[in-house]
Amino acid sequence: MSTNNVLVVAEHLDGQLKRISFECVTAAAEIAGSLGGQVQAMVLGTSLPAALAEQLGQAGAQTVFTADDGSLQDYAPERFAQVVADTVRRADPAVVLFGATARGRDLAPRVAAKLGVGLASDCTGFAVKDGRLVITRPMYAGKAIAQVALQSSPQMATVRPNIFPPAEVAPDRQEATIEPVAVGEIAAGAVVEEFQAKGGDRPELTEANIIVSGGRGMGGPENYVVIEALADALGAAVGASRAAVDAGWRPHSDQVGQTGKTVSPSLYVACGISGAIQHLAGMRTSKVIVAINKDADAPIFKVADYGIVGDLFDVVPALREAIRELND
Amino acid sequence: MIDFSLTEEQQALRDLARDFARDKIAPVAQDYDQTSTHPQDLINGAHNLGLMNLTVPEAYNGGGLGALEDCLVAEEFAAGCAGVATTIMGNSLALTPIVLAGTPEQLEQFVAPFCAAPNLAAFCLTEAGAGSDVASMRTTVRREGDEYVLNGSKRFITNGGTSSLYTVFATLDPSLKHKGICAFIVPGDTPGLSFGKKEDKMGQRASDTREVIFDNLRIPVANRLGQEGEGFLIAMKTLDRARAGVAALALGVGRAAMEAALEYAQQRQQFGQPIAQFQAIQFMLADMAMKVETARLMVWKAAWLTDNGRPNSLESSIAKCYASDIAMEVTTDAVQIFGGYGYIKEYPVEKYMRDAKLMQIYEGTNQIQRLVIARNLLRR
Amino acid sequence: MNIIVCMKRTPDTATKIAVKDGQIDPACLDTWIINPYDEYAIEEALQLRDRAGEGKITLVSIGPPEAQETIRKGLAMGCDEAVHLVDDAFAGLDPLGAAKVLAAAIQKVGDFDLVYTGWKGVDEDHGQTGIYLAEFLGLPHVSMVVKIDDIGDGEARVEREVEGGHELVRTSLPAVFTAQKGENEPRYPTLRGIMGAKKKPFQTWSAADVGLDPAGLQPVQEILSVTLPPQRQAGRIVEGETVEEKARELARLLREEAKVI
Repeated sequence: MSTNNVLVVAEHLDGQLKRISFECVTAAAEIAGSLGGQVQAMVLGTSLPAALAEQLGQAGAQTVFTADDGSLQDYAPERFAQVVADTVRRADPAVVLFGATARGRDLAPRVAAKLGVGLASDCTGFAVKDGRLVITRPMYAGKAIAQVALQSSPQMATVRPNIFPPAEVAPDRQEATIEPVAVGEIAAGAVVEEFQAKGGDRPELTEANIIVSGGRGMGGPENYVVIEALADALGAAVGASRAAVDAGWRPHSDQVGQTGKTVSPSLYVACGISGAIQHLAGMRTSKVIVAINKDADAPIFKVADYGIVGDLFDVVPALREAIRELND
Repeated sequence: MIDFSLTEEQQALRDLARDFARDKIAPVAQDYDQTSTHPQDLINGAHNLGLMNLTVPEAYNGGGLGALEDCLVAEEFAAGCAGVATTIMGNSLALTPIVLAGTPEQLEQFVAPFCAAPNLAAFCLTEAGAGSDVASMRTTVRREGDEYVLNGSKRFITNGGTSSLYTVFATLDPSLKHKGICAFIVPGDTPGLSFGKKEDKMGQRASDTREVIFDNLRIPVANRLGQEGEGFLIAMKTLDRARAGVAALALGVGRAAMEAALEYAQQRQQFGQPIAQFQAIQFMLADMAMKVETARLMVWKAAWLTDNGRPNSLESSIAKCYASDIAMEVTTDAVQIFGGYGYIKEYPVEKYMRDAKLMQIYEGTNQIQRLVIARNLLRR
Repeated sequence: MNIIVCMKRTPDTATKIAVKDGQIDPACLDTWIINPYDEYAIEEALQLRDRAGEGKITLVSIGPPEAQETIRKGLAMGCDEAVHLVDDAFAGLDPLGAAKVLAAAIQKVGDFDLVYTGWKGVDEDHGQTGIYLAEFLGLPHVSMVVKIDDIGDGEARVEREVEGGHELVRTSLPAVFTAQKGENEPRYPTLRGIMGAKKKPFQTWSAADVGLDPAGLQPVQEILSVTLPPQRQAGRIVEGETVEEKARELARLLREEAKVI
């Protein structure tokens, strides 16, 4: 019989916890509240700054497991998964949450496999019924929403970014208990050796609060300067429809939709995107959608909160100008 | 027994042609239409996939397939762009006389290279004064020793300026009418061969249509197809064989127009609802579906007859005439459903309508087809 | 280089999903394709094999009897052999169960340097099976691979897509890679490939054939119900005399009404 605790496996980069980890703490607190258990967290790495565990505690974790070892400098799925799995066995939580990030999506299934349990991916909601989770997760890139239950324990899930508000760091909260985790020698066949940044300082698509996207209506790669200028005025990421990616105008990492990224920003500005079903699937959970298209009948207007019918090459620069006026 | 199911290979072939048409042809169809340029990159792509020369025997590295497979691919290509599809079908039309009447040496020398590289061929029958009335052709041929000398010109020749090989029909003596007609294989680099300017067509503008001119053009006797005087028969057999494919092109254009109209009618809102909710539009869509489905039945039947070695003249004429007539109707109705948007070039349907018109004209006008159909009926 | 590619068929990405009796309506799933991410895996595998100039690619796929057609398309693209895993016990597998079945089949196929599969299926979007599979095979994995920089004797250097860039990963072989869409466009099958596909070795294995007890494959992830996402209401078209007026009004609305900028 497990505890009623909920364990968040946190992620950090350059000495900072990622926003998604605080979002996971929010989800964990909701679940732990219903189960009558505690929020716990775990961080892995080498020479971990004390602030990481501290902040997790101030965000609401009552226990923080820290695996601090020289062998955890570079990410190695097998090694990291072993450390997490061992910790899960020791802490015996009812629920384990990861962020649905490149790291979390890689690590969580390997941990689940080591524990021989199921995993729910990219979850957007959790309820507790009769002491078990009822998990909401999109399928078919959001064209359908499923309620799922996991029959195995612990119940494991990855949490989609930008769905839960990040837990607030409250310095006056009671300090978390720090539980160091001993790390033995664990062989790993695959090890991350290097990170190559994509250049540019626009936010990452899946993490961005605002996205400006261009589609077939852009007409060519050179015209994206118009989109980029608006994106920079808004501090937004730049996205693209599949048509634009298939035409070779933008890299695939910019693609929003069923065979690209699924995004949920506060504001999604679709420029020259007609709104094919595959594209809508990837962005329909955005809080506010703006459509700019010269075809008044384009399906994108059916999901847009605000639309402007007109040539994007007139409208987008005018919008950028209007935003600049507003900010002045 | 009647069986309309396709084999797994036929389905896979159709899916391949559909994917290629959707991903590669359709996105650039509008550009080729506007600029009226030759789509060599698409020809290369189709050739790489083995989607050209489908009915050339395997012995010459062709597809070794039948008329039905040819029709399945033609429908899909035409749904992407009729001009591109006509370019590809024009090539196959030009090679058919060699496949039907050529010696093994001629096939090896002239047809096999088409399976190795994306070359094009042109079928040269029609003349300025001899369209439907083939037997009144004026392009002449005379024999001089081991050579033939051709003089005259052909009109409205598909792939006229883009081909490496021409199958040419010419007469020994116009007064002999059809009995004087001979068929020849003319390599594209033969001195004495030249072209007129590219015709500025209403539709199917991706296909290269020109006058082809023969000025004391000399070819060896070995380039004659069949015997002297067999040219008319070879031409008619070729057209009989090709007619189902032309019908399949028309079917493809009609289907594409129907699909566009169907999608648009569900999107376009008027009076607070999609126009597809209005019975007036529903009836138009239903008529389109009836026409497209029945045209496909007729195309498949004509192809089936060909593949089973049965006479197909009546059925292939019905298929060609019917499919191109309904293509004209369906594309016109599609423009109607699109309303004002249908009449402007930003939307695809006005192109379908322009493309469809040619299908009632080329490869035997629909008036000639009706004549053939009636003659077949009265002969019984 | 022998490569095993795990693929499955998924509904076409253009499918309009319908729900009936609280589950996906099977009637709406009428056009099937190779899962797009598996198709990237196939393309990478074909290029690796062709660069190596030797070796074979074996497709391993779980699916109903009708999935044969889709698997055959993989052969038409150029893969060498296929194993189709068909059993009533394989209907409704979750990623954990699917990985168990694939692991058993792959062990039976044997003799491979690499297992390649898509990072997720575009149907249920789990993104787990390949990674479970690696653990069950006792192999390292690299997920979301977009590029293979170098692959050789017992070792590979590959790039995986992460937020804001690429991670360069060194791994021992054999390993399991899961493919994200990279630079290579999956090829079309050719006519020759289509006509030759039926002549390639194609085996059909049941649970018993791979030594599995159906009782051990019961899904632990249960889909309680499925609904369609809430319909978004069409909002308003921002009007104005000039483009500038419309843009100013939109900016104002985004700030004052929607409060998102």
